[in-house]
Amino acid sequence: MRANIEEVNQEAVSRIQRAKPELIDVSIAGETIPGMKRNMILHAGPPVTWENMCGPMKGAVIGGLILEGLAKNRQEAEALAASGDILFEPCHHHSSVGPMAGVVTWSMPVWVVENKTFGNRAYCTLNEGLGKVLRYGAFSDQVLARLRWMAEDLAPALKKAISRHGPIDMKSLIAQALQMGDEGHNRNRAGTSLFIREIAPDLVMLDESREQIARILTFIHGNDHFFLNLSMPSCKCTVDAAASLEGSSVVTTMARNGTEFGIRVSGLGDRWFTGPAGIVEGLYLAGFSAKDAARDIGDSVITETAGIGGFAMAAAPAIVKFVGGSASDAIRYTRQMYEITVAENDAYRIPTLDFRGTPTGIDLLRVVETGILPAINTGIAHKEPGIGMVGAGLVHPPENCFHDALEAFAKRYGE
Amino acid sequence: MDVKKINELFSKELKVINMGLDSFADNLRKEEVEVLHMGWKPPAGGSKRLIALLEKLDR
Amino acid sequence: MKKILVRENAYYDSVILMLATKALKQRSGIKEAVVAMGTEVNLGLLREIGLLSGEVESAKPNDLVIAIEAETEEAAEEACRIAEEILKKKDHGGGEEGYCPVSLDGALKMFPEANLVVISVPGPYAGREARRALNKGLHVMIFSDHVPVEEEVELKEMALERGLLLMGPDCGTAILNGKPLCFANVVRRGHIGLVAASGSGLQEVCCCIDRMGGGISQAIGTGGRDLQERRVRGRMMLMGIEALSQDPETQVIVVLSKPPSEEVVATVLSKLKDAGKPCVVHFLGRKPSGTRGSVRFSGNMEEAAAMAVAFSKGEEYREGCGTLSEAEIARRVEAEVNPMASEQKYLRGLFAGGTLATEAVALFEQEGFKILSNVRKEPGIALQSPHRSERHAIVDMGDDVFTLGRPHPMIDPSLREERIAKEAADPETALLLLDVVLGYGAHEDPCGPLGESIGKAKAQVAGRGGYLSVIASITGTEKDFQNMAEQKKKLEAAGCLVMPSNYQAALTALHVMRKVTARWM
Repeated sequence: MRANIEEVNQEAVSRIQRAKPELIDVSIAGETIPGMKRNMILHAGPPVTWENMCGPMKGAVIGGLILEGLAKNRQEAEALAASGDILFEPCHHHSSVGPMAGVVTWSMPVWVVENKTFGNRAYCTLNEGLGKVLRYGAFSDQVLARLRWMAEDLAPALKKAISRHGPIDMKSLIAQALQMGDEGHNRNRAGTSLFIREIAPDLVMLDESREQIARILTFIHGNDHFFLNLSMPSCKCTVDAAASLEGSSVVTTMARNGTEFGIRVSGLGDRWFTGPAGIVEGLYLAGFSAKDAARDIGDSVITETAGIGGFAMAAAPAIVKFVGGSASDAIRYTRQMYEITVAENDAYRIPTLDFRGTPTGIDLLRVVETGILPAINTGIAHKEPGIGMVGAGLVHPPENCFHDALEAFAKRYGE
Repeated sequence: MDVKKINELFSKELKVINMGLDSFADNLRKEEVEVLHMGWKPPAGGSKRLIALLEKLDR
Repeated sequence: MKKILVRENAYYDSVILMLATKALKQRSGIKEAVVAMGTEVNLGLLREIGLLSGEVESAKPNDLVIAIEAETEEAAEEACRIAEEILKKKDHGGGEEGYCPVSLDGALKMFPEANLVVISVPGPYAGREARRALNKGLHVMIFSDHVPVEEEVELKEMALERGLLLMGPDCGTAILNGKPLCFANVVRRGHIGLVAASGSGLQEVCCCIDRMGGGISQAIGTGGRDLQERRVRGRMMLMGIEALSQDPETQVIVVLSKPPSEEVVATVLSKLKDAGKPCVVHFLGRKPSGTRGSVRFSGNMEEAAAMAVAFSKGEEYREGCGTLSEAEIARRVEAEVNPMASEQKYLRGLFAGGTLATEAVALFEQEGFKILSNVRKEPGIALQSPHRSERHAIVDMGDDVFTLGRPHPMIDPSLREERIAKEAADPETALLLLDVVLGYGAHEDPCGPLGESIGKAKAQVAGRGGYLSVIASITGTEKDFQNMAEQKKKLEAAGCLVMPSNYQAALTALHVMRKVTARWM
């Protein structure tokens, strides 16, 4: 039986390897995300009810409702959210991903990334910046004003620039970024720089005023994590092509909502296996400590699912201090990841490991057998909504997700 | 009884993967044998239940 | 004052855990100490000694438990610290070269040219790992014991199908391509090939061959059950013989085992005859029964070695390989027996090597002595309790009953030291017969502590007006790291008579016991 599973896993990983994620458009969530509704709010992680949402996610929901004009203030928003009239669904159920709270509402602009090889698409909002932003649960007038600027000025300009440029090869940008000290999840400075380099000539040729274009470039430049919202949907549409393959034990989704961590396995279709979201072990910005931390949150772990992020830790020296302090620690984590994956990535390579491809295709069976859990590099949000990032570090999924998934997998495919 | 592979082993250099006591790996190194020592620990954290599930898929 | 710690997901092998436990127990102020993995068995043990706290109850098999009962808080804290230090030295995983893969797949990714897997993990897991290795086309050596016999049968079938070596389970010794594996000696490379179902036996024969100027091409271990268990039917023995038949470097084949069933004997002999090379067979405890064509039977392990060496030189084997003259033996026996007290009348053999013990038992029985021992289970021969010698007794101290929770006597001499003291306290003990095994895996200086305890024992008996005779052999070569010459000196300095082989030591002991018995007839 294991031999057959290995074969199907090879097929799953082959699909991941053959992905060609391309940035093709910026569009409006309601107009482009499949199944989106005006009274629907998408969020990060596995399914969760309003009552069970963590602080930052609730804050983001409140902000989203006010942004859409469905509520005038916090009290109204909370009442509406609790009323049952708002549909809360995981981004993942709509071919989307969102970092941190990952809240997506109808009028928000989203990146559209298409996997050219298989034709499937993935969507993600544009990154607002750091600190007091919606994805960390802030919903002040300032936050909403910024979101409106992004929808009215930033997005349309980028849309036109992309149209002018033609599809942008995301695989190439990510591969280059990995060789420049990024890992695509917690460290995105190189990716952001490469993106500006790619798009600037087309932005400059638009009819927008010089001030407007300067404002756009400054906005992107001021946000090292701008590229995260591009690497995420690239990884999403990459891995989606390997989903729902009969008999495959490859993990095709990992995601958290601040309350729970969830995984999905290719051969088990859409079924979620969840466990409590973890506390991130890491370094805190001055003035903050572990008691301020929110639990692990966000869809950004889709990067690890696709073989970058924590799985390319050895490529990112800057991450090192968050995970133990020495370069050999980062290399050791990456070596461990090779033990739980099916293949080595053809495109994404790690210079310090002699340009070896990153560990790709997390295998549920290998995770349980070795006891090695996927290593995730992530930022740490403050547990109170609206304060922002307070640190960064290393986290693992709760092991029961994999144990429960194994139980289901053995039930279905074991003899 | 086909023992070709055993005789092949006799004509090659031993290249050993050591699973268990590390002193065995240390001793092999002293004898200039190429050896990789594993960080072996009981599979699935030693959980009989999980090992049984894995076995179901192994056969 | 109890202190109990649990460290999650921190696996350590049994040897380091026992060393850590021992180190803690030896400290002053420590009443009880356990350093172990959180398995059901160990948790039960902790419950029995009253060291099962709340946190420990939920410990899992891959969690480390340090449980201490001390007189003071400081003693407990210090002990914990010491334990962690000992364990830390074993921590792998730092840096690139240091990475130790957790899975066989991971290991093969790092080392795709690997051709042999040596497995010494706990028995319940060994079979699974061996199966994986065979499926990957690798040869396997299983040092682990307590592998269910059904698994052994299945594994050997698989190995047969794939034409791969599966040495074991419970295979402690092998020498492949001149390289010692697990517990083995450094011996000269040469043209004598061995297939043995016994670890210490293989070591003894190889060392004798080396001493006599011969060399080893390959020494294949089959594991203790290969020829004994009806269901295993000697599969690996037969494969080993076949491989040696085909091996151009092997000119003589030696087979060593406890006597198997008649059916298996027939298949083994038939295979040996087809080998087209001179063969020596030694079935422990059986006297030779002539020859069957190119197959010769030997009467003891040293003789098996002597025959093999003669054949490898193209010479005829001449009997009588003792290095001492009869007159010299008689003189030594006189010197040993004369100073004994009249109550002293019994032989006490304390062996680290099971096969070495078996050889001694066989010789004494052949010569009419009634021996009590734990090497056989038949009533009338089995010791009532292996922990207590009665009459003429020969004890295999590597038996499970002694090694549960304690390192094997080859690794840690303290087990035998305690027993030597016990025998010395018995006024009826006349003679101690010992083996010492050197080589990889064995203690770095077995004759140091052993020599000391022999000295103490002799002094104790002398204090009572008697004389304790101690005879030993050392299984090793001058190439072994323990420095065989030094080891021999230490025993001789303690007054021990050191003979060149296990057989000669047993034979000399026999001469002594004959004279002792004659004294009080």
